[in-house]
Amino acid sequence: MSGPLLKLEGVEKSFGTKQVLRGVDLEVARGQSLVVIGGSGSGKSVMLKNALGLMTPDKGRIFFDGEDVTKANGKAREKMRARVGMLFQSGALFDSLTVWENVAFRLINTPGAKRKDARERAIETLKKVRLGSDVASLYPAEISGGMQKRVSLARSIISEPDLIFFDEPTTGLDPITADAINDLIVEMVRGLGAAAVSITHDMASARKIADEIAMLFEGKIIWRGPAADVMNSGNAYVDQFVHGRAEGPIQPAI
Amino acid sequence: MANPLQLVGRITLGLFAEIGRLAVFAGRVKIAAVTPRWYGGEILRQMVRIGFYSLPVVGLAAVFIGAALALNIYEGGSRYGAEQFVPNIVVLGISRELGATITGLMLAGRVSAGIAAEIGAMRVTEQIDALETLSASRYRYLYAPRLIAALATLPLLVMAANIIGVMGGWLVSVYGLGFDSTVYLRNTVDFVTRDDILVGLIKAVLFGGIIAIMGCYQGDRSQAGATGVGRAATLSMVGAAVLVLAFNYVLSTLFVEIGL
Repeated sequence: MSGPLLKLEGVEKSFGTKQVLRGVDLEVARGQSLVVIGGSGSGKSVMLKNALGLMTPDKGRIFFDGEDVTKANGKAREKMRARVGMLFQSGALFDSLTVWENVAFRLINTPGAKRKDARERAIETLKKVRLGSDVASLYPAEISGGMQKRVSLARSIISEPDLIFFDEPTTGLDPITADAINDLIVEMVRGLGAAAVSITHDMASARKIADEIAMLFEGKIIWRGPAADVMNSGNAYVDQFVHGRAEGPIQPAI
Repeated sequence: MANPLQLVGRITLGLFAEIGRLAVFAGRVKIAAVTPRWYGGEILRQMVRIGFYSLPVVGLAAVFIGAALALNIYEGGSRYGAEQFVPNIVVLGISRELGATITGLMLAGRVSAGIAAEIGAMRVTEQIDALETLSASRYRYLYAPRLIAALATLPLLVMAANIIGVMGGWLVSVYGLGFDSTVYLRNTVDFVTRDDILVGLIKAVLFGGIIAIMGCYQGDRSQAGATGVGRAATLSMVGAAVLVLAFNYVLSTLFVEIGL
């Protein structure tokens, strides 16, 4: 199959009178890791939620593997979701379920699945994110933030998706844990041969996990290029952002 | 200040919009509850949480209400020399009105607010988004099991409240007011009809629906942060309690009209 795996075409989204996305165009190829950078309130999360189908765009279209999924629901939506993983910023683990039940959630809830097999698969996947079977029966509230991120990562890769979304994967972690998560993301994405779309404002993380970087500013993609070029993009906006300067064309959001 | 007519208009429109949203939400939950697929484990878990764990609080409320009711009926009845009707009126009042109302009110607090806070916290921590991305509809996985569990367990709880309430009246009558235990119980059993019990159970099913739907609805709409979740819990408790009382009156009127 050819063509991009995920394609956003002129996506617009407003909340009340506030227009957050003003025509986002984005393509992600199979196996490609794209990182979208942008300041707080630039619309990164909204873009991700639209791509995932958690929100419906006001205008524009979204294609997954060549199929228009902009307004898909029911079977078509399920078909897409079965091939997509998502790592939420807060982890979003279900706190009423144990770690392994979280990781194996999709398997447990597949009709006819055996809990014992699901548990084994979950423990196997936990091993991939360097967590032992001793945490499997704990509840999310009983493990650290970094471990929760790992569990959440395990949950998003267990069904071997073709595309994984990462929402600020390193936010709230110390630099060492953050780097370990970055390594894991690279390892998992490469291992699965999956495409990845990450949003972040952590430049160290972006450079580590990206093949290409795109910058979202005021609801539009204003720059896109190879990860290696991001520090010398020649674009004043990108330059200000990646070097973290308060002075420049972008006004700080305070 | 705005034109007072404008204010009235805005409030009226807001009210109807809210009723509309609640109705659409309730419709979706109902559809999810009556069509596959069902999450059996979740339904069972909610039955234990909503039904079984509510027994102590419902029982405690019922025993005190039954006892107070017996005292007041004795006090009022003695003015006409009609003290002997205490068991009859206690069982009638409890099975037709108080058993269901007390259960409904206690569960508006314990269950409806609890559901709203739980769902609200899940909304705020992106757990509901996570559910959807894992191909589990929140209507099917979260809301329908709570509705089914409430509909199934409320009649059982009301039955328990009825029995415990009557026992509260019996305790006070026998140990405080000098009634003969056997006579009291025989009067109770002979007087109460199948219809009296049925009235309470029909109310119970409706109250179960109100309590579960209000909790899920407010939780689903919860705004971010601790204030948002707290507000959802308060709104669901108040909403469920008011609706329980209002529908109790409507149903009582209806049952009297049709002679049930």
